[in-house]
Amino acid sequence: MNRKLSAFGKVSIILAIGCIVMLWIVPMWRIDLAAPQYPEGISMQIWINDVKGDVEIINGLNHYIGMKTIHKNDFKEFVYMPVALGAFCLLGLLVLVLNRRAWFYAWTGLLLLIAAVSMYDFWKWEYDYGHNLDPTAPIKVPGMAYQPPLIGYKKMLNFEALSQPDIGGWFFIAAALLLTSAAFYEWRRAKKQRL
Amino acid sequence: MKLSPLLLAAAAALTVQSCKMKSTESAVGGDAAARTYVAPGKYDELYNFVSGGFSGQVAVYGLPSGRLLKVLPVFSVNPENGYGYSEETKPMLNTSHGFVPWDDQHHLALSQTNGEHDGRWLFANANNSPRVARIDLKAFKTMEIIELPNSGGNHSSPFLTENTEYVIAGTRFSVPVGNAESPLDNASYKKNFKSTASFIGIDKNSGHMNVAFQIILPGMDLDLSRAGKGPSHGWFFFSTYNTEQASTLLEVNASQKDKDFIVAVNWKKAEEYVKAGKAKKMATEYYHNTFNEENHTATSEIIKEVLTLDPEELKDLVYLIPCPKSPHGCDVDPSGEYIVGSGKLAALIPVFAFQKFVKAIEDKAFEGEYNGIPVIKYEAALHGEVQKPGLGPLHTEFDGKGNAYTSFFVSSEIVKWSIKDLKVLDRVPTYYSIGHLMVPGGDTKKPYGKYVVAYNKITKDRYLPTGPELAQSAQLYSIEGDKMQLLLDFPTIGEPHYAQAIPAEKIKDQSVKFFDIAKNKHPYVAAGEKATKVERKGNQVHVYMTAIRSHLTPDNIEGVQVGDEVYFHITNLEQDWDIPHGFAIKHAATAELLVMPGETSTLKFIPTQPGVYPFYCTDFCSALHQEMQGYMRVSPKGSNVPLKWHTGGTDSTAAVAAK
Repeated sequence: MNRKLSAFGKVSIILAIGCIVMLWIVPMWRIDLAAPQYPEGISMQIWINDVKGDVEIINGLNHYIGMKTIHKNDFKEFVYMPVALGAFCLLGLLVLVLNRRAWFYAWTGLLLLIAAVSMYDFWKWEYDYGHNLDPTAPIKVPGMAYQPPLIGYKKMLNFEALSQPDIGGWFFIAAALLLTSAAFYEWRRAKKQRL
Repeated sequence: MKLSPLLLAAAAALTVQSCKMKSTESAVGGDAAARTYVAPGKYDELYNFVSGGFSGQVAVYGLPSGRLLKVLPVFSVNPENGYGYSEETKPMLNTSHGFVPWDDQHHLALSQTNGEHDGRWLFANANNSPRVARIDLKAFKTMEIIELPNSGGNHSSPFLTENTEYVIAGTRFSVPVGNAESPLDNASYKKNFKSTASFIGIDKNSGHMNVAFQIILPGMDLDLSRAGKGPSHGWFFFSTYNTEQASTLLEVNASQKDKDFIVAVNWKKAEEYVKAGKAKKMATEYYHNTFNEENHTATSEIIKEVLTLDPEELKDLVYLIPCPKSPHGCDVDPSGEYIVGSGKLAALIPVFAFQKFVKAIEDKAFEGEYNGIPVIKYEAALHGEVQKPGLGPLHTEFDGKGNAYTSFFVSSEIVKWSIKDLKVLDRVPTYYSIGHLMVPGGDTKKPYGKYVVAYNKITKDRYLPTGPELAQSAQLYSIEGDKMQLLLDFPTIGEPHYAQAIPAEKIKDQSVKFFDIAKNKHPYVAAGEKATKVERKGNQVHVYMTAIRSHLTPDNIEGVQVGDEVYFHITNLEQDWDIPHGFAIKHAATAELLVMPGETSTLKFIPTQPGVYPFYCTDFCSALHQEMQGYMRVSPKGSNVPLKWHTGGTDSTAAVAAK
């Protein structure tokens, strides 16, 4: 029985690696804020190894409600993410060389696992950031938490927040979709061969 | 056929009705409101920089709305933001005769490249203590003020050459050079008094000014001036009055001659003479004050000599063109070919042609000399005269389509005429007694056109009365059609004289939003709350204070004594647009400070009595602005209260005993 990958499977490995490499070039995620006194908007971009944009302005505003300030060095994720994604790309090359369907399934699973863990980690950080407030904060609104949306739109006091993938995030999603459909295609092909 | 007497009466009434004098209402067209309405949230089309007259400042309006956007402090102190009061800005107003807190600001010139406004700098003159200022149009801030030696009244200023090579400063009052004393009578005037034309060189990258050379002219009153452009680039033209050389009752004595002069200066030639070493060094003393962007501090430099050129010796440097009668305005059209002199007592407008002027020099078509300077024959340089244009012509601007617009003080109107055939095309009344007028870019090679703005001398019934002193007035007219159309009145500060306007796109996107605190090199900067401290040096106490929403650090200070010189060095730690902080302390005898984000400013305060002095932020900065406050304890002289300070209880501001 043929356990080798189809041409589509092989090409998808190269394309997926290409997509993931884009994360070193463009930001992964973005959170946009708008309020009446910030008509131009405030924006924060999350990269795999950094957080950029109007971080200082956000830190300045959030001290009223006692939110922690955001500093690049507080995120161990910015060390783990490049290592994990770098390893993923190298493993992809190995799968290409080994040329076995089983390894391809496992590799696809790994990307979905990285995505799931990352989103959980992001949600956990947002929860902590929005709930863990300084008890001596000047402004306290009873029952109010400031957890930003994981994905999508949310109104928090005078601010509107929109959280969504940035260009890099879309490349990641493209890679995940591509590998999932390639894996499905390989599975169908294998089933046909068995018949 | 017989008309009934009733019908006749009705017809007569109708005729009377239609003969009614033109009122303001009838002068404003139906769509004027729509053409000047700038909806909330929308921007104006143009920036209009208007001289502040006796306020000494410059005002910035939006056009076509006429909305006041900002008053820029230039030659007068401004307690509102500390200009002229803070330690950093005091040197800006230094002169050879000490600190001068006021001036009379008449004319403005936007920097030009290839004869077009480039949006980099704005130059402003000070009439009374002769000075020229340079305002940076990124930060909208006065960056440099240079004093003029040998000048009495810097009226003929600041006009620019087409690439901002020079800004001009001509004297209105002739005075003896070298600040010498002299008896006051006509004989002494003729002998001792001189007028000077100073050429201030502009560094093309930094904008820095220096008095490159002065041309010493016979005693007379230089009034206004314009640089040549295009074919006439290399020349400067000044109007002049009092060529009668009277020292008293000028109203009569300076109005005797039928013609005064347009003074034409070949500045390219002057440059050559300076290079060739023909200029004489004259000992003098004048101030040059510059604001340093890195340490946010101004310094004064005293300059001790000036290069002078004598046109009586250097024969081909200056020529005089006769011009009727006490000319005021002297304007050059966009092509650079025509020079318009406006004799304020004349009943016509003479227009000179540059080509004919050059030919007259070649042909030696001179009618004589005036104090050793050749006078060209009037007809030899004349292009033609605009006949019966109105009464009291003052200034002329251009639309770039071959039309000129001249203001008439006495007949209170703007008259549009054609440069080519010198025919009057249209006239509109102004309310009332127009002085300067301005077409956006009307002094450049490529006017923006579209509008003409009248800057009027009398307001009378234009606005709600406010006692004996009324608002000053400007009026906006459309010049898009064949007929000028009044669109809008708007009040102005001071008394407006000349103005400049530039499309918003050339300026708005370069606006500085805040100063980078990492680049702040002020010697007393506190680049973070950890760097705040209080130091005593003899009877000086230096407070390194920071401001950030919504606290001052330190906000409790003890150990200061009566008679101490307390210097509050406030650093605004914000790094966002539109977040200045203010600083005021009770009983300060000077002013407050407005500190821009990333900037450091210093307020000097000498307490005269023991007590507790509250201080606070004056510029509403946040929801907790009202909490942004603190106290300074002042003890009697010789008290043993140690110097200490803190904000809250954080370790970075722990109390430290003095010494």
